[in-house]
Amino acid sequence: MKVFLPNGSLRAKLVLQLLVVAAVLAVLLYFTVRTTADRAAEATQDAILGAATTSIAEQLRATEDGVDVDLAYATFSMLGAIGQDRLFYRIDIEGQTVTGYEDLPLPDSPPAGLAATFYTSPYLDANLRIAAVSRSMTFDKGPVPVLVMIGQTRQGQAAIADSLANRAALVGLGFFLLAVPLSLLSAGSVFNPINRLAEAVGRRGPRDLRPVRHPAPRELAPLIGALNGFVARLRGALSQTETFIAEAAHHIRTPLSTVRAQAEIALRQSDDEATRVRLRSMIRGVETSARSASQLLDHAMVLYRSDQLERVPVDLSQVVRNVARAFEPTAELKEVTLVVTGDDGAMMTQGDPLLIEAALRNLLDNAIKYSAPETEVRMDVTRADGTVRVSVLDQGRGLSGASLAELSQRFTRGGNVGDVVGSGLGLTIVAEVATALGGQFDLRERTGLQSGGGTCASFILPAL
Amino acid sequence: MTATPLASATIPVKADNNLSWRQAGGVYLRFLLVEDSPDLAKSVRDLLTMDGHGVDWAATLSEAQDCLHAARYDLILLDIMLPDGDGRQFLQAQRRAGHDTPVIVMTARAAVSDRVDVLDSGADDYITKPFDFAELEARVRAVLRRRGGAAQTIRRYGDLSFNPLTATVTIAEEVRDLRNRELRLFEILLAAPDRIFSKDQLCDRLFSYAESVSDNAIEVYVGRLRKKLAGSVARIETVRGLGYRLTGG
Repeated sequence: MKVFLPNGSLRAKLVLQLLVVAAVLAVLLYFTVRTTADRAAEATQDAILGAATTSIAEQLRATEDGVDVDLAYATFSMLGAIGQDRLFYRIDIEGQTVTGYEDLPLPDSPPAGLAATFYTSPYLDANLRIAAVSRSMTFDKGPVPVLVMIGQTRQGQAAIADSLANRAALVGLGFFLLAVPLSLLSAGSVFNPINRLAEAVGRRGPRDLRPVRHPAPRELAPLIGALNGFVARLRGALSQTETFIAEAAHHIRTPLSTVRAQAEIALRQSDDEATRVRLRSMIRGVETSARSASQLLDHAMVLYRSDQLERVPVDLSQVVRNVARAFEPTAELKEVTLVVTGDDGAMMTQGDPLLIEAALRNLLDNAIKYSAPETEVRMDVTRADGTVRVSVLDQGRGLSGASLAELSQRFTRGGNVGDVVGSGLGLTIVAEVATALGGQFDLRERTGLQSGGGTCASFILPAL
Repeated sequence: MTATPLASATIPVKADNNLSWRQAGGVYLRFLLVEDSPDLAKSVRDLLTMDGHGVDWAATLSEAQDCLHAARYDLILLDIMLPDGDGRQFLQAQRRAGHDTPVIVMTARAAVSDRVDVLDSGADDYITKPFDFAELEARVRAVLRRRGGAAQTIRRYGDLSFNPLTATVTIAEEVRDLRNRELRLFEILLAAPDRIFSKDQLCDRLFSYAESVSDNAIEVYVGRLRKKLAGSVARIETVRGLGYRLTGG
């Protein structure tokens, strides 16, 4: 059974243990009541039997020709009080049975005087409770020991004990049945603080690495302590990693910049064609590695942030304007005209502004990169059917038949772009952001243009 | 802040004479370059100097502070990670103190969040290392244009005056607009009048290395620029088998 596994449910384990304890208690209750009832019934029987036996023994009278036994009605009516039990008696004088059942079992040791000795013994088809007293009577020959015994079957006593025990069993069962919901409830209330703590920790944003201060029972303190210790170590490791990445980027990119700038200077100064070719390929190499590094970082950021998504209202048209402004000089360099068109007013959506910016950046970067000089790249922001949409339209070389699914695979590039530097991660990033924010990404060839061609990339998000 | 001797912080432009064809005339823009890597600083400085700009170099924030006390600059090129502090905090302090010299941050940190951060600190723009020098120039132009221009941006040659920020050439009161590549081509030629530039050299400056261009693309732009300069004594001369030069001024 699953609950017995060490990694099974703690709650089930607790409930099970509570139920086992309840069951043991119920059984114990039953046996205690049963034993007590037995003893009480026995004591009652003994008291009556003892009194009757003593009374008979006291009323023995010595006569000239023997002993006069008076089995008074009162005595036996007293005994009859206990149910329908049968009675047996035996009176011995000097070891000889003078009256009664001569095979009625004798006590193990002879009773001392009129204080009765009680014992239980099988006789005929039943168990008898027997009381025995002895006295000495004086005859002519002198004192003679007389033994008086009265036995009684135990049906009445058993009936009383059974009925008491049955009630005890009912009470035990009731106790157990009551324990089931109670233990479920108590297990629930024990685990509630844990659930609330888990919720509080689960609700945290990706960058929330403050210590956990959620109120919790004392018993959870070690867990919270351990969690906070872990968070602190994680924060340390993260800030170390961030510092490391920033420093690594700094230490790699700064020399790369030097290489690039020196190559540009050399290119300006050199007249030798072979050298110039080498310098150009050097610059391209630097550009490729720098671009790959940026996009790998972007990609890592997208994966990390989509995991722990931050959802704040974002004005898509504002992001578009910011991104367009940032790319203005890049477009200008290529003599590409960058235009932003679309519906007026704010285009509110919900999501992580950094992710949205990363996606739009990559779209615009692609569009400009693959555009011929003196063409136009248009960013069109529209709203329709509960969505907001940014379309990036270029007049570039199109997709040459490659599908969106192919192009959004990591490190996959179109078949017609060999002459342009790229990493094959741009569209992957856009597609991943769209998925993470519950939107869509669509890429298609433009048709019906006089200029003939170009790509239309649409990034669609649910409107707020 | 400790006072560092200004001489160690600045490298006077005039002392640097190894660039033979440098513009003989005045300095167009004054840059303060705050960058701790001497190699990168030197190459950026050389490139800017080649285009006729004046550049002071500060390797640390305290040196930069000294330079800002001593001179006025048209634009600051600011690195983020410097030995004595974070460039963003320096920038914030500058802005709080009311200094509004335009700043372009040169960052090695390419993440989107870093870029947002940089702009929030008060930078006018940023450029990610390693950068295309033409892109840096374009961003400088864009920033200065937004800021309403630096004081000394008009260049004169012969009977024409040229404003790179508004991308206009004025010949006999007539203002002509230059498109981006015409503007850059004119800037290149104007930086070293009478020097012959080969087609390849011009191509390398006009087009990104990330794109491939046909050889005669340059002829198209030279042709267009000639039309824009029509009527001036300045003209672009074809030197057979060698290239082009600006002459007549």
